[in-house]
Amino acid sequence: MQRVILTTLILLALVSCAPAPSSSSSSLPSTPPAQTYIENKGSDTIVNLALAWAERYQELHPEVRISVTGGGSGTGIAALINGTVDIANASRQIKPEEREKAEANGVTPVEFVIARDAIAVIVHPDNPVERLTLQQISDIYSGKITNWAEVGGEDRPIVRLSRETNSGTHVYFLEEVIRLGEKENKTLFSMDTLLLPSSEGIINEVRQNPNAIGYDGLGYVPPDLKTIAIARDADSPYVLPSVETVNDGSYPIARDLYMYTAGEPTGVVKEYLEWILSSEAQQIVRDLGFVPIVVP
Amino acid sequence: MNETLSWKEYLITRAIKVTGYSAIVFVVLIFFFLLREGLPTLAEVPLSTLFSIRWYPIEGYYGILPLLSGSLIVTLGAALIAIPFGIGTAIYIAEIAPRWMREILKPLVELLGGLPSVVLGFLGILVLSPFLRRLLDLPTGLTAFTGSLLLGGIAIPTVVSIAEDALDAVPRSYREAALALGATHWQTIWRVTLPAARSGVLTAVMLGVGRAIGETMTVMMVTGNAPVLATSPGALFSPVRTMTATIAAEMGEVAGGSVHYHVLFFIGLVLFLISLAVNVTASAIVFRTRTRAERILS
Repeated sequence: MQRVILTTLILLALVSCAPAPSSSSSSLPSTPPAQTYIENKGSDTIVNLALAWAERYQELHPEVRISVTGGGSGTGIAALINGTVDIANASRQIKPEEREKAEANGVTPVEFVIARDAIAVIVHPDNPVERLTLQQISDIYSGKITNWAEVGGEDRPIVRLSRETNSGTHVYFLEEVIRLGEKENKTLFSMDTLLLPSSEGIINEVRQNPNAIGYDGLGYVPPDLKTIAIARDADSPYVLPSVETVNDGSYPIARDLYMYTAGEPTGVVKEYLEWILSSEAQQIVRDLGFVPIVVP
Repeated sequence: MNETLSWKEYLITRAIKVTGYSAIVFVVLIFFFLLREGLPTLAEVPLSTLFSIRWYPIEGYYGILPLLSGSLIVTLGAALIAIPFGIGTAIYIAEIAPRWMREILKPLVELLGGLPSVVLGFLGILVLSPFLRRLLDLPTGLTAFTGSLLLGGIAIPTVVSIAEDALDAVPRSYREAALALGATHWQTIWRVTLPAARSGVLTAVMLGVGRAIGETMTVMMVTGNAPVLATSPGALFSPVRTMTATIAAEMGEVAGGSVHYHVLFFIGLVLFLISLAVNVTASAIVFRTRTRAERILS
């Protein structure tokens, strides 16, 4: 008898730690009419920006509901092709094969550049190095250059700082700077690159360590750190990142951020995209550390 | 009256028994969960890759050796700091300090144990690591040693608290007998009280080490997270990446069921086995010394 009760209790304990079936979303307020609901999905780089826009827009237009999810640029575009979202966010341009697939599905993706993202390379203010070429930065991060003296600085070891591998910025930096945008180039980060979990960690270390080199989104760099001027190659001019140099294309480590709609947008989606290109929405772009395409 | 009492008693005994067994049930469940999520790794990743020296999961490099060495070096460093300081403090509080001092010190040490590790991590980034870089003339202050110092600090309160309780539990008559035989205060502490409290002190050390190896946040903030295999003792003064920091940093973004996901669980499994081994060794030592003492007494 005792044993039976004991077993029952243990079984109960076991059952209670099994995950409860997730309650369906039926408890949400009744679905608003289709016209005022915008489904927005895609790039994780843009997800914070898209959320900030959505929040502000919903304050201005309480009748519109915008749902924003991440998952990556590919996920967003796939959802657009399948017709499950109204707007897909992407930190890269749509690939030709994705466009073909969309056309085959009866969807014509329409592209909007909604903001730009620039990566600044930063060093300690006492570091005499002012400028580097992309090739030099690549060699520093891949471990071919290990001393500041090799790029015109003091005789100090180079401490390389990077974001963690799950950061979109890390991947972008790997592909566009370390691999110089070459597809078949398989160069990796040097093994002793410090992988810091946050932008703040990188900025802190660069601020107090004259050996360090780091990179971060332009908007995150505080004015007391030194930003490096970068040239595409040895013959090109060295350019400092700014809203102007990013927008005229002369700063080499910058990319456009996109939104795609299925066919020319209409109704609320159209109004929303028009608002995104307004100076109020573009101010949010600047606040979040991206480069606005319309200077507010 | 009597009837209800025995009925209540029965229920309470059962309830206590269930809570006792639940610990075992949870450990077993967790172990099976780790096995289920972690073992597919062995089928998906060749052993030669798993035991290689490069960890770069987004390009398919799953070498866990640098992570293992990182965890071991940080934990060893922390143990070397926490054990002497912790046991020393415990001896001072239990044996030497006057009563009033003891009443202030013990709660203070326990308060130190309640400091959130994130706060210590901040101190580490802003104060300790720049200081160590200048003091030791290192390329960067984000090193295994910085992590060891902070983890030592985190483990010390655990060690002090438990070791002090163990020393305090040694019967007064032991000390009185030693002193009556002409032993000095120090001889009494070193040859009588400490050996008598050995199992408790050992538990304190093991729990302290367990706290250090499982700590995540501080380590992630101050050790630099560079997955470099430690090949010499000098690695203590260069950046390392620990197993816990790797899981914490990468689990959030990984796709469920992917190879990377399984490898992270595999690392969790390795961590679990390490702490199991530490605990089993500790209880084996405690058990052995106890039986020997019993043999002598009988």
